Amino acid sequence: MLFELTETQKNIVEAAKKISSRFDDNYWLDLDLKSEFPFEFYNEVAKSGWLGMCMPEEYGGANLGIQEAALFMQNITRNGGGMSAASSIHINIFGPHPIVVHGTKTQKKNWLPNLISGNDKTCFGVTEPDAGLDTGKIKTTASKIQGGYLINGQKIWTSTAKIANKILLLARTSELGETKSNIDGLTLFYTDFDSTKIEVREIKKMGRGSVDSNQIFFDNLEISEEDRIGEEGKGFRYILDSLNPERILIAAEALGIGKDALEKAVKYANERIVFDRPIGKNQSIQHPLAELWIELEAAELLISKAAYQYDKGQNSGGLANAAKYYAAEVAFKTATQAVVTLGGMGYAKEYHVERLLRESLIPKLAPVSSQMILNYISEKILHLPRSY
Amino acid sequence: MKILVPVKRVVDYNVKVRVKKDETDVELDNVKMSMNPFDEIAVEEALRLKEKGVASEIIAVSIGLPEVQETIRNALAMGADSGIFVNCTSKLEPLSVAKILTSIGNKIKPDLVIMGKQAIDDDMNATGQMLSAMLNWGQATFASKLEIQDKKIKVGREIDGGIENIEVNLPAIVTTDLRLNEPRYASLPNIMKAKRKPIDEIKVEDLKIDIEPKLEILKVEEPKSREAGIMVKSVDEMIEKLKNEAKVI
Ligand SMILES: Cc1cc2nc3c(=O)[nH]c(=O)nc-3n(C[C@H](O)[C@H](O)[C@H](O)COP(=O)(O)OP(=O)(O)OC[C@H]3O[C@@H](n4cnc5c(N)ncnc54)[C@H](O)[C@@H]3O)c2cc1C
Repeated sequence: MLFELTETQKNIVEAAKKISSRFDDNYWLDLDLKSEFPFEFYNEVAKSGWLGMCMPEEYGGANLGIQEAALFMQNITRNGGGMSAASSIHINIFGPHPIVVHGTKTQKKNWLPNLISGNDKTCFGVTEPDAGLDTGKIKTTASKIQGGYLINGQKIWTSTAKIANKILLLARTSELGETKSNIDGLTLFYTDFDSTKIEVREIKKMGRGSVDSNQIFFDNLEISEEDRIGEEGKGFRYILDSLNPERILIAAEALGIGKDALEKAVKYANERIVFDRPIGKNQSIQHPLAELWIELEAAELLISKAAYQYDKGQNSGGLANAAKYYAAEVAFKTATQAVVTLGGMGYAKEYHVERLLRESLIPKLAPVSSQMILNYISEKILHLPRSY
Repeated sequence: MKILVPVKRVVDYNVKVRVKKDETDVELDNVKMSMNPFDEIAVEEALRLKEKGVASEIIAVSIGLPEVQETIRNALAMGADSGIFVNCTSKLEPLSVAKILTSIGNKIKPDLVIMGKQAIDDDMNATGQMLSAMLNWGQATFASKLEIQDKKIKVGREIDGGIENIEVNLPAIVTTDLRLNEPRYASLPNIMKAKRKPIDEIKVEDLKIDIEPKLEILKVEEPKSREAGIMVKSVDEMIEKLKNEAKVI
């Protein structure tokens, strides 16, 4: 068993740290307050080729594994960027996976290079207000017309829709109940984000102010047949293929937040003098931080084992879900403890840990909730009866 | 034009260095190591010269245990073309490094050597100057600006109160100061290419030079920890203390 990083992996970690060190806490706080997208950061990441990490070489990518992508994301989030940094680039890194696996040569040639260069920004429209986690029940319809489809309906939480020029969209091509399983009537599209046919309403939310999430409404959006990925009715199954790597990436992003929060708490605990001693000298301050260090290390091991399994082509479902669950919980706990450690200052924006706390809730909720992961582990790993 | 860039593996500048218990050296076990920051600046400057079409080839060289190849790979990932790894297990000091680099310089005949003005571990600030003497090439130390015009380099040097501009004939040694440039980080395509770039290994014994250490380290100590300050009540009291206790005025 090897725990040593390869030279390429070490180089990736170094590069991610260097990029993130150019965008400090104040950069992210400022954008969070102004609700403005981190374009400079996005362009820097795109310019140095990172968006294509996991994309095939023939389209300009580097064909690296999820292990490498996870290392990159962990180190891009852990220097103040948090989920704002992660979510501004996340979708480009693994979102196009269904295109890579199920797209035609022409589609790949037309779409992938622009996603890799960062010229195209896409959003991902799956969640709907009336379906929630029960994706099989989404209602947005793609009705067949001459040469293509007509889209009507609505999505919720669609992140980056305000700035995207493309959308990866899941919509219904058969009536609910028409297919044996609900998840078989859904089709995946990748198409231009035509803002004359899609209305975008931003959701005011708790954190990650710089990366927008929205309600979007489709009013007779026409999609040509060429923009359908793979076969009709198989869209949800295509997305399922890329769920495990996505879980691993989210876990790595959460881990980065946790490590960042711990570092900030430790620094403050060493420096802050009260009762003539650094507060970190009190065991009630240092022991929770020591425990969190252990938990963050454990989360990192889960992530790298899950990534190892995925990259080897093994079934990584159990560990990918476990890694996402655990890293998200630990990130949230660490960010909370960081606020507590800083005392009143932890509540002040200029100390940055309250922002990390707000953002650390995202990996617990999305793209799948902690409860649903426990459902999955209970049913698929422990073989307990399905509870819902 | 061929540029040789020596790169050294040192304790990362973010690490808080601790002295070993037996006071023979600083603690290096489990400590993060990186390329000496001044050497990163040297690599960057070489890359810029290549991008301007002035240089055609950049070779990074590092001397030491096999781990130093990681530092060479870093330089390759930034964009250098190839590496030379001088495998050497004995303790190194500026004189022996300068001798080894002289031998490499005579072999590969670069037109320019760009290197850090000092390494952040021992702060010697000597190797570049020694190398220049041994190769009998010109030197331009502490460069904060560099231009090349037909067989001559113009270098701006930061000195007290301003910039000194000098001109040196090629081949020459340039040592880099902090403000020469801001080094780039490795782009993904360059990291991928670096895997396929060659690193030549040379055994130091094969160079047949005397690298016996001439310096002896007697003891390494932690700096004295700073004592707490005091508050004075008035300017008069401060002047009194500066005069009679601190004896600085
Ligand atoms: C910041 C942010 C960004 C997002 N970005 C995107 C995006 O870009 N694209 C996109 O499509 N979606 C996005 N989402 C949506 C996200 O994926 C959903 O919010 C998530 O899937 C949960 O759906 P829901 O909010 O409708 O929760 P619901 O399904 O309404 O669930 C509510 C609660 O009930 C629990 N629950 C439901 N059913 C069960 C059960 N059977 N057993 C136990 N507990 C259960 C859930 O765990 C949860 O705690 C984003 C969400 C957030 C917060």
